[in-house]
Amino acid sequence: MSRRVRMNSHLRPPTTVSVAARPGFLARRHRSYYLFVVPALVVVGAVIIFPWLFTAWMSAFDWKIGTTAHFAGFDNYVGLATNQRFLEAIVHTFYFTALAVVVPLVLGLAAALIFHREFPFRGLLRGVFTMPMMATPVAVALVWTMMFHPQQGVLNYLLSLFGLPPSLWVYSPTWVIPSLVLVEIWHWTPLVMLIVLGGLAALPTEPYESARLDGASEWQLFRYITLPLVAPFLVVAAVIRTIDALKAFDTIYVISQGGPGTASETINIYLYLQAFAFYNVGNASAVVVVFFVIILALALLLLYVRQRAKWTG
Amino acid sequence: MSTAALPMAARAGRARLRRRLRKIAFALSVAVIVSPAILVFFWMLSLSLKNEIDNLAYPPVFIPDPPTLRNFVQVFAENSMGLYFWNSIVVSGFATLIALAVGIPAGYGIARAQAHKLTVLVLIARMTPALSYLIPLFMVFQFLGLNNTLTALIITHLVITVPIVVYIMAGHFETLPKELEEACQIDGGSVWTSFRYVALPLARPGIVVGTILAFIFSWNNFVFGAVLAGRATRTLPAAVYNVLTFEQLAWGPLAAAALVVTVPVLLLTIVIQKEIVVGLTHGGVKA
Repeated sequence: MSRRVRMNSHLRPPTTVSVAARPGFLARRHRSYYLFVVPALVVVGAVIIFPWLFTAWMSAFDWKIGTTAHFAGFDNYVGLATNQRFLEAIVHTFYFTALAVVVPLVLGLAAALIFHREFPFRGLLRGVFTMPMMATPVAVALVWTMMFHPQQGVLNYLLSLFGLPPSLWVYSPTWVIPSLVLVEIWHWTPLVMLIVLGGLAALPTEPYESARLDGASEWQLFRYITLPLVAPFLVVAAVIRTIDALKAFDTIYVISQGGPGTASETINIYLYLQAFAFYNVGNASAVVVVFFVIILALALLLLYVRQRAKWTG
Repeated sequence: MSTAALPMAARAGRARLRRRLRKIAFALSVAVIVSPAILVFFWMLSLSLKNEIDNLAYPPVFIPDPPTLRNFVQVFAENSMGLYFWNSIVVSGFATLIALAVGIPAGYGIARAQAHKLTVLVLIARMTPALSYLIPLFMVFQFLGLNNTLTALIITHLVITVPIVVYIMAGHFETLPKELEEACQIDGGSVWTSFRYVALPLARPGIVVGTILAFIFSWNNFVFGAVLAGRATRTLPAAVYNVLTFEQLAWGPLAAAALVVTVPVLLLTIVIQKEIVVGLTHGGVKA
């Protein structure tokens, strides 16, 4: 495939019939494949790339819907850096994310080890276990709201069965974020489980056999063989979980609306209020940009950790 | 194997006991990890089938006695749940169809031109918070007078459906052998012919997965409907939420509504059990 041939060949509609008849059609063909992508690129350009650019542009304006926009340069960003409520929202987001990543990772790993073994009704039970993952978040959030109810909720009743005192759940400023994380754990642990289960399925059996011959205990097998081998899958799960936890919106919005007060107001909730309660689109756009940078930074950090683990391991 | 000098019988008995204890502990751990999922879905079902007195009883009533369908009748008759259901089908349906129309060829193009850099777009789209699409699109729709219309909702839902279909299809076409298409082209077929008559029929399983995942993700979306829809154009999740806050419905009808939203998704999930992970991690990094 010479470079010249490819450059001389002009874009042709994918309906041309005689491509194969001429020499160099293999090279030319390469080009026509790009035509297949054009319709999707148009759509993606309109609904995905355009909003990105428009957002970046809007973030430089002091702009409320219904008023005229004033150019503000970096004022919105400077404002955010000193905005107590926004900074608290970042803290809430990190707190929520840390819990909503670590706990599902640990539980998901445990669940994967369980489902990796053979037992009766395994397929059925795995299906039941993974049901929360696809359930409509808003519907699930409504049921949890009813379960969290301090007087009539079923959760406090269950606590009482174990002799535990009732909790205020999402009505307590201290417990609201852990309670919301509980919903997140319930919702997304199955995804971690499935990712890790995929990793376990690919494990070789030889190391286990020789380690057993050498008298290794079950714990040693797990610690020194299983864990290092599924570590890459755990990192993938951690990246996905981090992105999703940072972006969590539906359940928080439905269950607590960021309350009580602003105790569970995450960046996403703050962003929603700025944009669609106060129609402060300039400021909201700046929040989007900062938010996106945070997500990107954390995702890259995790990928970097994975790369380093690969090089050293 | 340890070579403890225990009498044979005692050793065997102990081993059996230990094995049985281990089995019980294992069964218990299965029960513990599965029960939260069962509890929430059971509770949803239970609330939707009980009358209001039982729903507010303490200690809670678990088994509806007698079960009643009144809650379902109420949400459909008094809260136009039927209309919202239809809106959801129209929005998710069209958003999925358009995504298939542009996404299947795109996936094919990416796979055959080896243009993997294009899938980085999918990854970035996956990382971007949904609200960041919503603000600019909201302003454009307002300018065009499209707010509160199903058209605006369908366009916005493309943000969800197009990347997932492109990603699934690109991955799927990559697994198909190139030789058949090459044979078709050597026989004088165009690139289009080999796509339409060779690759496309073979891609059927991938298309099924892409369709179902795109439909589910679009169906589950809440925030687009909550912001862009008017009273008559709400999708189900947005409607259910509004029913909660503005009309202050009782728990029974609310649980019934939640069930109506979720059941179609759970049914679709059964069809594609195995491919769900790919869908949810899309754009995400391969291990």
